[in-house]
Amino acid sequence: MARKITIEPVTRVEGHGKVTIHMDDNNNIVQSRLHIVEFRGFERFVQGRPYWEAPVLVQRLCGICPVSHHLAAAKAMDVIVGAGNGDGLTPTGEKMRRLMHYGQIFQSHVLHFFHLVSPDLLFGIDASPEIRNIISVSIEHRDIAVQGVMMRKFGQEIIRATAGKKIHGTGAIPGGINKNLSIEERDFFLKGDDPFNADHMITWSLSAVEFIKDYLRKNREMVDNFAAFPSNHLSIVRKDGAMDLYHGVLRAVDHNGKKILHDVDYQDYLDYIGEEVKSWTYMKFPFIKKLGKEDGWYRVGPLARLNACDFIPTPLAQKEFEEFRAYTGGKPNNMSLYTHWARLIEVLHAAEMMKELLNDPDLQGDDLVVKGTKTREGIGLLEAPRGTLFHHYRINDDDLIEMANLIVSTTNNNTPMNRAVESVARQYMTGQTEITEPMMNAVEVAIRAYDPCISCATHALGKMPLEIELYDSENNLLDKKQK
Amino acid sequence: MKKPPTVLIYGYGNPGRQDDGLGNAFVEKMEQWVRDGNISSITFDSNYQLNIEDAEAIADKDLVIFVDASDEPIDDFCLTRVNASEASVEFTMHAVSASFILHLCNQLFDKYPECYLLHLKGYEWEFKEGLSGKANSNMLKAFDFLCKKLRHPESRIDLFKESVEC
Repeated sequence: MARKITIEPVTRVEGHGKVTIHMDDNNNIVQSRLHIVEFRGFERFVQGRPYWEAPVLVQRLCGICPVSHHLAAAKAMDVIVGAGNGDGLTPTGEKMRRLMHYGQIFQSHVLHFFHLVSPDLLFGIDASPEIRNIISVSIEHRDIAVQGVMMRKFGQEIIRATAGKKIHGTGAIPGGINKNLSIEERDFFLKGDDPFNADHMITWSLSAVEFIKDYLRKNREMVDNFAAFPSNHLSIVRKDGAMDLYHGVLRAVDHNGKKILHDVDYQDYLDYIGEEVKSWTYMKFPFIKKLGKEDGWYRVGPLARLNACDFIPTPLAQKEFEEFRAYTGGKPNNMSLYTHWARLIEVLHAAEMMKELLNDPDLQGDDLVVKGTKTREGIGLLEAPRGTLFHHYRINDDDLIEMANLIVSTTNNNTPMNRAVESVARQYMTGQTEITEPMMNAVEVAIRAYDPCISCATHALGKMPLEIELYDSENNLLDKKQK
Repeated sequence: MKKPPTVLIYGYGNPGRQDDGLGNAFVEKMEQWVRDGNISSITFDSNYQLNIEDAEAIADKDLVIFVDASDEPIDDFCLTRVNASEASVEFTMHAVSASFILHLCNQLFDKYPECYLLHLKGYEWEFKEGLSGKANSNMLKAFDFLCKKLRHPESRIDLFKESVEC
């Protein structure tokens, strides 16, 4: 009797995913799939709108990382207004945007680690959901929970100061920025009472990195074998190979570290990146064209970024980067749970970058916008918290957007997330006859490592329960679990 | 003179998804009312969704009114008291509930402000700007309702305790 297990989180509106795991008569895994219902109508929504509205409009795509969409669209519009391809802005314009971006990276990564991941690490992925949550962390490890809340707040306030407001920020505009940072705003972040200042954020970031390293040391066997599989890794890097989350060239390396995309200009991304459509999911499967659909898929996000770059241009994060790379002998790390280590090294890097930028007098400059010769088409890429984000627009003679194409980070990670689910399903479910809590948790933990943003765009009162259903070959429900 | 209770009105939702932006629109309207009336001790916040740092934001308040869109079977709007409750970590959801925020606030900061949730009935949730006509009407009714409760600072909390409706 063949069996199918379905894990389905349900939301009120669109933007949900489910996992189906197919088993044969002997309870061996024959196939597993992560289905994500991603709303693809957004690109049509921006068509017909004036191009200068795009950086504000696109924030409606996602309530989780609106700043990333805001800045990617602004970068594309920079090209359209003739302000260069990421390197033509005034120092104030570029540095204000960078500060906004590193604030976003910081708060997003902090939320993911402290809220979603730390309960798994502190209580174990086998622990009951009743204790595996941030409330239990707040009871058992109050200092860690407070740290998470205050770090998140710091990042959010950086966004407020640079983007103007938390919702539909207007900071980045085509060709630059619409405000600088006042001395008062700067000192709020640099000289605030402990713990609310940039130095304290660095200290806390360092302690978070130590926390994850300690966990990895103590759980090496499990972590090294959990959802581990070879893959390509894609990321933007600075032209000299440094990590740069805001701007650079597109690089990809294979599972051994060999370059397969050689620092190319992302304005030509269509020459290098394709998107495959499959019948069983709405979400596309991006791939590197020259390697084909089967072999060209890649990871994006913190793990991919640390695998692709040559160094990190801030001292404390660089020291951690060297330790990270040494763990796999200088080769790329292909083990999904090491994404958490990579993510926290990026938290440290973002904290260092925020301090460096806050101390830069260019942030108080008055030269905010650049204008040049207008073109019809622009592409903006950056490294969003979850990975590489592509925004591509074309406008008509009336300055209205006539074409938009977005490849979001979670779409780039589509195949890796499917591989992770399959790996964990084989490890935890092979030979089993019923759904157990640890199995369900393992699938959840594997997907969570990629921090997919499948619940963006809207919400209201409503929950997102996780369901597993077990069916026989005739589609009879054999077992059902919900958390 | 007794110091009036401090109030936070916190609307959340995505204004780019029609009626999902009810909470944000409500906050804008209330802000204007507070400015015009020079009413003291009321502050505002607005975001796409609630999140963990909001536990700190409510910790120093006496009264917190969360405002959110709802597609539940209510007529126009209703007010419910928020009690602290634990919530498990959900699948990949990054937003959390008002009751979760209150619980986290209590755990982390030993504070337990009086909290309410104003549910505003919405109907349309597409990628469009602006509220539907019916949703806007519901918001205006709720606005009148809340203004009456907040007009007299000293009795604010008592008025809320006796006015829970749903």
